Amino acid sequence: MLAYSIRRIFEALIVMITVAALAFVLFRFVGDPVNQLVGQDATLAERNLIRQQLGLDDPMPVQFGRFLWKAAHFDFGMSYQVKQPVTAVFASRFPATFELALTAALFATLIGIPMGVYTGIHRDSWVSKVFLTISLIGISLPTFLIGILLIWVFSTLLGWLPSFGRGEVVDLGIWKTGFLTRDGWAHLVLPAITLGLFQLTLITRLVRSQMLEVLRADYIKFARARGLSDRAINFGHALKNTLIPVITVIGLQVGAIIAFALITEFVFQWPGMGLLFLQSVQNADIPVMSAYLFLVAFLFVAINFIVDLLYVWVDPRIRILGTST
Amino acid sequence: MSPPVLSVRNLRVEFPTRRGTLVAVDDVSFDIGPGEVLGVVGESGAGKSMTGTAVIGLLEPPGRIASGEVWLQGERIDRLPPEKMRRVRGRRIGMVFQDPLTSLNPLYQIGEQLIETIRTHTDASPAVARKRAIGLLEAAGIQGAARRIDSYPHEFSGGMRQRVVIALALAAEPDLIIADEPTTALDVSIQAQIIDLLKTLCRDRGAAIMLITHDMGVIAETADRVAVMYAGRIAEIGPVRDVVQRPQHPYTKGLMGSIPTLEMGGTRLTQIPGSMPRLTAIPTGCAFNPRCNAAFDRCRVERPDPMQTGTGAVACWLAARAADEADPANQMHPTRMAP
Repeated sequence: MLAYSIRRIFEALIVMITVAALAFVLFRFVGDPVNQLVGQDATLAERNLIRQQLGLDDPMPVQFGRFLWKAAHFDFGMSYQVKQPVTAVFASRFPATFELALTAALFATLIGIPMGVYTGIHRDSWVSKVFLTISLIGISLPTFLIGILLIWVFSTLLGWLPSFGRGEVVDLGIWKTGFLTRDGWAHLVLPAITLGLFQLTLITRLVRSQMLEVLRADYIKFARARGLSDRAINFGHALKNTLIPVITVIGLQVGAIIAFALITEFVFQWPGMGLLFLQSVQNADIPVMSAYLFLVAFLFVAINFIVDLLYVWVDPRIRILGTST
Repeated sequence: MSPPVLSVRNLRVEFPTRRGTLVAVDDVSFDIGPGEVLGVVGESGAGKSMTGTAVIGLLEPPGRIASGEVWLQGERIDRLPPEKMRRVRGRRIGMVFQDPLTSLNPLYQIGEQLIETIRTHTDASPAVARKRAIGLLEAAGIQGAARRIDSYPHEFSGGMRQRVVIALALAAEPDLIIADEPTTALDVSIQAQIIDLLKTLCRDRGAAIMLITHDMGVIAETADRVAVMYAGRIAEIGPVRDVVQRPQHPYTKGLMGSIPTLEMGGTRLTQIPGSMPRLTAIPTGCAFNPRCNAAFDRCRVERPDPMQTGTGAVACWLAARAADEADPANQMHPTRMAP
């Protein structure tokens, strides 16, 4: 188990260093950063001075090493745009994205798994067919369109729910949360559904196909021959055997939800990291962009690591593999 | 003779398909007495497994019992509502499948699966069920059962897993065990042990066995009576010694001739020409007639039903003709087997 974890952590480090290299190269691609820092009429001497101060005249490996060292301490420099440390900017935006992503992920999982199990067991019932039709819509409509449709129906036509922003938030010191107010929840509903709908349909279809597969397995037939109840067979024996791929996909999707919440955040003007990223792209705010890249990669790596540990928890056979190799 | 544990009467299993109805099991009747081992033998697709699956009520839709009756200790079970039939499974009829590697759920310890089965059918407390589970594993020949009960299936070898499967099938002390090719997936060296174990455990508990296999050797050593199936029907049924030593049906004769023995030396094994017909193309008359070297006109037109022949029954016009010639006064007519 320990060897397994250490190997996984080692692999994660390699991924992070690769991503850091990409984030670092980003600075090179958009031209000389000094141009963005000084006025048009700065002299060559002034430019060289700044270049020296920022260490931009050091050899490339030295600069990369410094970048890595700072990134490992969550120091990504100053934002060109808002003239604040990038880390502070992200810290103020992260809670919004996190709460949105968490709600969307829970919505997708808690509804998607039961729907998948139901459509897997009652393959031919009309309820299953309705679920599958809905999921087809969810999988084929682009996110922004779903968002706009929801706003049109529930905000414009019916006027039930607000269409933009986070609403009233409670400041808990380092974390501003919308979970504690009615208004916060009302603002959360539409974006969370928009963001989670694709994942919901993905999970439903995945669980369904896995259930269909597992229900044909010999041990299910044997469980029936032992006279176990349908409930014990479907949920105890079948569902647990479908979980490995389902956990993988949910894990990756949680990463995707956080990383790619930008469209939803843009549609609903949700003050999270995605919106921040879009603004930084418009303003060529490189430190923010590279930090975002770094952060998203970190999230994926961290989630994958947790998923790997969950495998071991679900499937005892992986425990053996992990210790013997 | 005591009343049979299982009595199957004119069982017919059908699969409705788009291109017509396939008959997988046709007019099959047999009894199994208490503590008796009935071997059911035949080629793949002869309907052996389908018969077993129909008895325990696990036919996969669209397969269904079209007609016939299944009686378990005087109670008719083929028309039971699903929930009642579920309680028959495991509790009164246990089943062992072919492949022990896939019969156990890989994600649960074998103890959990045993305790689950015991507690489904009895109101034993978890502690009592666990004690009983250890006892079952010991009886099934698992060394150090008290320790091994918390192991996962993948930590056992194939033979050991089949022992666990047998322990599971016997967990609620059923009256009948249906063993569907229980040794086919195992090493030859282990097959005899497993068959032996199955037989001993069932004898100790007074359970009857329906042993489905294509291995005549296993049948000859294990079964009390044997039913030979061909194309969904019983070709011949009777005490194992009679069927093995004096087979009456040409198909049974062919089966026996295809078993190598030590005495045969260099002579070639006989083989039955052709192969068993598909369910979509069962010939008229006797299903075996295209492969039978003794077939005559009647065989191609009229389908023989099993006819009593002293100790057993055989579905063959040759046997009927032989009986007629021996005693023309007492003409033998197709009869249903005596219950």
